[in-house]
Amino acid sequence: MSVESLFPRLEALLPSVQKPIQYVGGELNSTVKDWDEASVRWALMYPDAYEVGLPNQGVQILYEILNELPETLAERTYAVWPDLEALMREHGLPQFTVDAHRPVRAFDVLGVSFSTELGYTNLLTALDLAGIPLDAVERGEDDPIVLAGGHAAFNPEPIADFLDAAVLGDGEQIAIAISEVIREWKGEGSPGGRDELLMRLASTGGVYVPKFYDVEYHPDGRIKRVAPNRSGVPWRVQKHTVMDLDEWPYPKKPLVPLAETVHERFSVEIFRGCTRGCRFCQAGMITRPVRERSITTIGDMVEAGIKESGFNEVGLLSLSSADHSEIAEVAKGLADRYEGTNTSLSLPSTRVDAFNIDLANEFSRNGRRSGLTFAPEGGSERMRKVINKMVTEEDLIRTVTTAYSQGWRQVKLYFMCGLPTERDEDVLGIADLAKKVIAAGRAATGSRDIRCTVSIGGFVPKPHTPFQWASQCDHETVDRRLKQLRDSLRSDKQYGKAIGFRYHDGQPSIVEGLLSRGDRRVGAVIRAVWQDGGRFDGWSEHFSYQRWMSAAEKALAGEPVDVDWYTTRERDEVEVLPWDHLDAGLDREWLWQDWQDATSETEVEDCRWTPCYDCGVCPTMGTEIQIGPTGRKLLPLTVV
Amino acid sequence: MVQRLRVRYAKRGRLRFTSHRDISRAIERAVRRAGIPVGFSAGFTPHPKISYAGAAPTGVASEAEYLEIGVVSPCEPTRLRDDLDSSLPPGLDVLDVVEAGPGSLAERLECSVWEIRLAGAEPERAKAAVERFMAAERVEVERLTKKGLRRFDAREAVVALTADEGTGETAGREPSPPYAILRMVVRHVTPAVRPDDVLTGLRLVADFAPPSPPAVTRLAQGPLDARTGGTADPLDLDRDIRGGEPGPAVQHVGDHK
Repeated sequence: MSVESLFPRLEALLPSVQKPIQYVGGELNSTVKDWDEASVRWALMYPDAYEVGLPNQGVQILYEILNELPETLAERTYAVWPDLEALMREHGLPQFTVDAHRPVRAFDVLGVSFSTELGYTNLLTALDLAGIPLDAVERGEDDPIVLAGGHAAFNPEPIADFLDAAVLGDGEQIAIAISEVIREWKGEGSPGGRDELLMRLASTGGVYVPKFYDVEYHPDGRIKRVAPNRSGVPWRVQKHTVMDLDEWPYPKKPLVPLAETVHERFSVEIFRGCTRGCRFCQAGMITRPVRERSITTIGDMVEAGIKESGFNEVGLLSLSSADHSEIAEVAKGLADRYEGTNTSLSLPSTRVDAFNIDLANEFSRNGRRSGLTFAPEGGSERMRKVINKMVTEEDLIRTVTTAYSQGWRQVKLYFMCGLPTERDEDVLGIADLAKKVIAAGRAATGSRDIRCTVSIGGFVPKPHTPFQWASQCDHETVDRRLKQLRDSLRSDKQYGKAIGFRYHDGQPSIVEGLLSRGDRRVGAVIRAVWQDGGRFDGWSEHFSYQRWMSAAEKALAGEPVDVDWYTTRERDEVEVLPWDHLDAGLDREWLWQDWQDATSETEVEDCRWTPCYDCGVCPTMGTEIQIGPTGRKLLPLTVV
Repeated sequence: MVQRLRVRYAKRGRLRFTSHRDISRAIERAVRRAGIPVGFSAGFTPHPKISYAGAAPTGVASEAEYLEIGVVSPCEPTRLRDDLDSSLPPGLDVLDVVEAGPGSLAERLECSVWEIRLAGAEPERAKAAVERFMAAERVEVERLTKKGLRRFDAREAVVALTADEGTGETAGREPSPPYAILRMVVRHVTPAVRPDDVLTGLRLVADFAPPSPPAVTRLAQGPLDARTGGTADPLDLDRDIRGGEPGPAVQHVGDHK
């Protein structure tokens, strides 16, 4: 049965909403396939506003890969702003895709990519607008399979009630495999209905179906065990790892929106994974091992991407881009190729290292040397040992001095507040560091025209990291330390104007902490917040701490647990964690040992350059480190 | 800069929801994809030499938007028209390109011809409202601008205004009941009088309020012919000097898909 476009009905509402172009679709390189010719239909959602969701690499990659399959079609849907939501409710218009404006409920799969937990309330809005029951167990044969992915899906328990399934890790191959399972099942006439399809997916061991698992609790609120409630369902669900990124050079045809979005550039992932071992970093833990894309594939992707998109900026993405084994050759090769074309190159996520200045210089050959960002993360030497961020004060001062003396005017330093074992003096150390940076910069340049901006984020303990057992710092303490730091930065007139200070207050981190390490009981809190109007929790103008706290009080009233129990409580080694049945490959004993090493300020080296320290990922997942150098070079582009 | 070219383009169908900023980004990217040898400004953040004249508001379609592009090697206007058009998304359509003659293009754009389709509005009531509006000396309206609520006269800038009956014959759809179409010629003044200001004026003088959102299209922009109360193709002057094919006629345009 064909599905009609909702666009004529939507079009009548668009004159009354903000930024209507975001709902119109028609982006360059977007795809509209024939509905009836496809047997498996995916709606891919990024649960935030279009301007944030469109540039998301994960969604773009899956969109392209799925649409390349002959019998599969994929369209995209994003969170609609409250002004359109109200109109859609008034006029009975359901959640739609932006590609062909088809109703989301008509698809076979609603795949939702969660980079952050703060998108959970937006999932509920989309389900409700789509006419899909919020509770997975109430869904019928006509409802899509609601499938979560992305980093937050490594602990999907807080939204387990709302999901039919979740996948962990790299999506490329598993998305194709899921499509194939659905195609077969539909081809057989959908035997056994929805449950059989979910069973077929679960039995692969690579798709987590929450309702096939029961959670039992101790009287004190801790989890007793999580166990499959039917045979054929594995005890643990494994993450997916794509080996050989050169085989998966996506996106090939980047989506180019008409609307303005947060990243206006073509991004190429130059490697996946990171083994620096920063203990706070969930991304670094769950994406192991390191798999590099080769210099030649990077060059080909950049060339094709610029040609296809017309973007004038290229971002080389990864968790620590300067760590690519041939980054110097990549930087020089690309800078040579695009010299004089008004194409700028950027390298986000760099570490504190003089080598980075050489790279940055290469990237800014023709342009302005405005700002460089470094992330020491911890304000004191002790703190940096706890988090395994191996940067000494000497390294930092030397690097920053080099930057200033080579013409960079502004340096941004990124830190976290609320780290495990943190004391007031660790945070105040940030002020000392910033002042030393300015002093050294002034000495090196003989100029007072240099600046340093200190930017602080609140630390949130994440699942599958050594800090998953840690007590999250309460927001009063975080706010008090930040105030002390601000006073210290401003007390010294000599540095006052040269040092900028940016921070957020501590309350949102507590909500993020609740959602990050929550279990299934937290689902009731999310639902209550959503019912009370909670939307777009990643946006400070929409976020309400009070709403979350009062919802939690009500929703958890009958339980022996509360927000503090989930956030500021330290866990012990034997406690069953809500995500223990989800396997990121990390050996639990190694994680615990790394947590012990953290508290004793013992550092761990990167396994790319030192012997394996048995984190467990490679043997468990059958993967290996894939790095260069390949020894190849980027040749000049032939003139068109 | 070896050459400047003047481009007339249309903003049609669902692309009418683009803002001016959206359009300028789309055009800059299309220029890069098409390999047009656009010039860049000097300085640390070079900008392509593309300038825009009087963009239609977000939500309003147009058959007559104009921009000027400076290139560093000579371009044949028809070739540039085809290259840029095929590089732009459907709905942003390049209609005409000429090599720029002397004088400012923006100064030639003295007035706009607008068409407003009012689905569900009775043509007779629209005609009566138009008569009262045109009979008035001044029609003070208010609009919320970036500088706050502004009050200004919407009457004087309106050189011509007529109401007609539209017939709802779109291929493949049920014929709709007759509806009103307004056509107007409005001089470019400060503060700008926009089609929605005229609609506000019709509501004020005759209590005429269409039941659904108006579909507005700019049909033409150009010099005001004081004698006829109409406008002419602003690129004709460039053509007279530089030569070239005549531009496309100003046609009657509906909602393109």
